[in-house]
Amino acid sequence: MKNKFGNYLMSATIVIAGSIFLNSCKPKNISSATSGDAAQKVYVAPGKYDEFYNFVSGGFSGQMAVYGLPSGRLFRVIPVFSVDPEKGYGYSEETKPMLNTSHGFIPWDDLHHLALSETDGMQDGRWVFANGNNTPRIARIDLKTFHTAEIIEIPNSAGNHSSPFITENSEYVVAGTRFSIPMDNTNGDVPINTYKQNFHGTVSFISVDKNSGEMKIAFQILLPGIDFDLARAGKGVSHGWFFFSCYNSERANTLLEVNASQKDKDFIMSINWKKAEEYWKAGRGQKRNVTYAHNVYNEKTHSATSTIEKEITMLDPKDCPDMVYFMPCPKSPHGCDTDPTGEYIVGSGKLAAIIPVFSFTKIQKAIADKNYDGEYEGIPVLKYDAVLHGEVKKPGLGPLHTEFDDKGNAYTSFFVSSEVVKWRLSDLQVLDRVPTYYSVGHLCVPGGPTRKPWGKYLIAYNKITKDRYLPTGPELCQSAQLFDISGEKMKLILDFPTIGEPHYAEAIPAELISKNSMKFYKIEDNTNPYVTKGEKNAKVERKGNEVHVYMTAIRSHFVPDNIEGVKMGDVVYFHVTNQEQDWDVPHGFAVKGANNGELLIMPGETQTLAWKPERTGIFPMYCTDFCSALHQEMQGYIRVSAAGSNVPITFSTGTNQPKATE
Amino acid sequence: MKKLLIISGVIVLIYACSGNTEKKETAENQNTVSDLFKEDSASKVLDAKGIGKFKNVEIAEKVDAAMVKQGNDIYDLKCSACHKLTKEKLVGPGWKDVTTRRKPEWIMNFATNTDEMITKDPAAQAMLEECMVRMPNQSLSDGDARHVYEFMRKNDGVK
Repeated sequence: MKNKFGNYLMSATIVIAGSIFLNSCKPKNISSATSGDAAQKVYVAPGKYDEFYNFVSGGFSGQMAVYGLPSGRLFRVIPVFSVDPEKGYGYSEETKPMLNTSHGFIPWDDLHHLALSETDGMQDGRWVFANGNNTPRIARIDLKTFHTAEIIEIPNSAGNHSSPFITENSEYVVAGTRFSIPMDNTNGDVPINTYKQNFHGTVSFISVDKNSGEMKIAFQILLPGIDFDLARAGKGVSHGWFFFSCYNSERANTLLEVNASQKDKDFIMSINWKKAEEYWKAGRGQKRNVTYAHNVYNEKTHSATSTIEKEITMLDPKDCPDMVYFMPCPKSPHGCDTDPTGEYIVGSGKLAAIIPVFSFTKIQKAIADKNYDGEYEGIPVLKYDAVLHGEVKKPGLGPLHTEFDDKGNAYTSFFVSSEVVKWRLSDLQVLDRVPTYYSVGHLCVPGGPTRKPWGKYLIAYNKITKDRYLPTGPELCQSAQLFDISGEKMKLILDFPTIGEPHYAEAIPAELISKNSMKFYKIEDNTNPYVTKGEKNAKVERKGNEVHVYMTAIRSHFVPDNIEGVKMGDVVYFHVTNQEQDWDVPHGFAVKGANNGELLIMPGETQTLAWKPERTGIFPMYCTDFCSALHQEMQGYIRVSAAGSNVPITFSTGTNQPKATE
Repeated sequence: MKKLLIISGVIVLIYACSGNTEKKETAENQNTVSDLFKEDSASKVLDAKGIGKFKNVEIAEKVDAAMVKQGNDIYDLKCSACHKLTKEKLVGPGWKDVTTRRKPEWIMNFATNTDEMITKDPAAQAMLEECMVRMPNQSLSDGDARHVYEFMRKNDGVK
């Protein structure tokens, strides 16, 4: 559980949380918390489709889960930052480069937030971006294939938490540092308690190619050594601006739960990114030597390439006036959310007893009037009262994150008091509150971060489930809870468990994605260098101590399925091409004793399994994905001989029979 | 694929109980237990044209060499894994004399409209009972199907 608390809680509040649990988190009667027609509202009949896709971060699983709403059915777990032996992700030769970094191959990360691509402030269903928190990276998933298409590492960063939030035409996704660190081009071998002299934060603006989606680090902004938590782009009236919540303005480097909770107010940082873009284009940035990996998956070669990049452009606010401002925000803000009009920015201080709502119009006026409350590390601080639209009074304990509906209402999650509170943007009145089970983190309304939320549902993602499900030993599932928000009162209609730990999630109308979903790869277009098109081209080739098997798979046999001539010391590469050209006919491939995952090969695709035999003998291989009535017959043998053996390379299917008896 | 088999069972049950005349594509695409064990009427339909867009295909007396070449390439890539050019059955039946056993329309409909044919066409169902492996839809275009047919004709000795 320490993981779950680690992000959000200070020890002082654990005491509070404990008491709240006792007092208010347990409803007196759980069944009374759901409405009578709940089952009807979430029932999606067998064979019928859900109304929304729900993309949910998998937290410390490093993956992303895809659910249907309102049913809560799990469709797919997309491997992103962690290896997935079931799908061969990170195990096949083709996918290994996706997980390369400047630190080498990394099999795991912690995926917290995601952002669906947008056009004109509306979800367009093309890509979903996700952050890798531990070794800073951003991934782009192609929603035609539900494959991770690209991963870019972020230099000058640690704890890429404030990411990958997106601008309203997907111009940029951002990456803000949770941990400040010495910059990569300086000597980082310094005493930790020289934090204030040597440590800096950065935010990176990563451009997204309009057509291909390909990411590039356009520029980074050098910032004081504070912690950046969450972020949101402006939209509508505030398009061109970006807002980041910041904590640890105390700049503590130890016992942050106490030392970073000293000040009454931390900040929300406002960045005029259009201005930053101008500075960048005008050459006001400095080139910095860094090292980071940029990995791209090609859907024609079915292979990833990893390129090590060496340079970024750094903008320093000292050289770039009118680009960055701080706004005071009580205390240790987490959420930093812009409403559908773009006029209001809602800050959620984890330790605050109110929710401050800032006005973009007032921010502009305060900047024009230079209505400052001094500077912080050379960056102007706008006066709190001058930029405040108002405060939501006594909303609950531990506000974290706010989403919006299509009727001018906001929904804020409260971690400490385990509840969701609905309030009105115009007059900041609290309208309704419902308990969650328990300790809610992020919220999601379909289209919630866009200009036009779809409303209808609200999903709360909980860190703790306690007694909500059948127990499974010390580790329990995390969960999502679905609320109907079409009426005045929020109504709980469904609980469903999630993978890993859910942080942020987005939901999108199903047809925006389902209509573009790819069914199979055209084998004619397959340009993998090791493709086998047709059984007649199947072969086995020796190249020194490498044995390359060009293998085909179709219902229900491999060609070749008898292979001899492999010797100890060889590395065998099985390049398996699935010859099928129909939907939902993957073949799997596995070899006994291989220190590796399996391959799961989609129709028309080629994937490669490397295997270094560690003993001589006969090794069975078979198809792992039930493909036809004769799936159990889809098998073969490979013979491994001693290093000095003179067994020649031979391969066949259907001919290697015993000699006929006389 | 295991999902498909199980799902198809479920869908069939629901479909059968609903009494709904509205066609359901997911159900149509799957073979059903009841279909498989229907009385075999394949022998009566050898001059049938099958189900699909090909209603009447004009065939010239002589083979077209260019079409044969293209048909051969498609055979190598998408068909040869299961069909030999002799009479010998591999996964599916050998192709020798197929053009005298079946109408061109039936063959081309089967190649392009595979799932519906296996579900509804008596001759295709009879073949499934014999081979026990559903012929995969290999995503042949209409032109591909015509070229493969020409290649079959050549294989059957048409000059």
